[in-house]
Amino acid sequence: MLPNPPEKPPGLAAPPGRMEILRGFLSISVVGFGGVFPWARRLVVEQRRWLSPDEFNEVFAFCQFLPGPNMLNFAVVFGARCGGGLGALAALAGLLAPPVAIVIGLAALYERFGDLPALRGVLAGEAAAAAGLIIAATLKIAEPVFRRRAGPAPYVAVAMFAAVGLARWPLLWVLLIGTPLSIALAWWWRR
Amino acid sequence: MKHAGVGDLAVHFALLSLLAVGGVNAVVPELHRQAVEVGSWMTSRQFADMFAIAQLAPGPNVMIVTLIGYHVAGLIGALVATVAMCGPSCLVTYLAARTWQRFEEAPWRAAVQAGLVPISVGLIAASAFVLARAADRSAGAFAITAITAIVCYFTRLHPLWMFALAAVLGYGNLV
Repeated sequence: MLPNPPEKPPGLAAPPGRMEILRGFLSISVVGFGGVFPWARRLVVEQRRWLSPDEFNEVFAFCQFLPGPNMLNFAVVFGARCGGGLGALAALAGLLAPPVAIVIGLAALYERFGDLPALRGVLAGEAAAAAGLIIAATLKIAEPVFRRRAGPAPYVAVAMFAAVGLARWPLLWVLLIGTPLSIALAWWWRR
Repeated sequence: MKHAGVGDLAVHFALLSLLAVGGVNAVVPELHRQAVEVGSWMTSRQFADMFAIAQLAPGPNVMIVTLIGYHVAGLIGALVATVAMCGPSCLVTYLAARTWQRFEEAPWRAAVQAGLVPISVGLIAASAFVLARAADRSAGAFAITAITAIVCYFTRLHPLWMFALAAVLGYGNLV
């Protein structure tokens, strides 16, 4: 696929009101199969022009950097930017309400029929595909870390993988020790 | 299966919410450790099933937490788990967004960002490993995982096609 056509920064639309935010986020949460990230960008940048492509990237990088579900953080930052605290709540409600209702329906079906052989087979297939999808995503995000010879970064990534994935140490301790160490290494490497 | 209460869910997920640097996928190993290995809320197979259901449903991938909550304590459990997983981090984000701009030029900000990236990459790699081990209990499942990984990495095919193929193979008892 071609890279995105150069998006001229034409007049951006006026910041949306709270109802518009709610409607917009409802519309992406019900179609966001496999995650809502691509749908959110399509809505906010391409369809409604509420943010320029650069603004979107800035906001999203900030959200990735904070703990918690990335797209919920995005909803909070975008909603607050346009409509304050209530705007953030409107975005969150739109993003969460339909998927929670859908997934609870699926969970009820699973508890009831999860042991039927045909459904077992389908779920086993889906679980295997889901694992493949996240492996592919891992490779994509790992590329820049390993390609750039970015000082200590590859070693930190491998150490985190070993501590959490192989040794199965509790995440709290791994993060409490690993994060300051990684930041200190990055600081030292950059000097 | 041990019995867990709504309070357990609230405490675990509220803490996890603040640890989820790199998003929900980064804390999958910790979710698995708590739900399967420590808490014995479910089997590893059930965990892999729930991750698959969460991927199949539309919406943000925090839905895995909603499913675990439902399994442990029904409708109330689902809602409590979801709010606990989203609330603390959203509050932190809201407050952080208001102060972060002030430090745009600070040199430590770049070091913090550079230090956090490999942490989140390592965590997500661990998630992929844990999920693949839970899901790949047969040669057929292993093949589906490998093919999906290759196709999704090298092509722009919509992932739902791979999920559809996997469902058909699973229905035909080939997994």
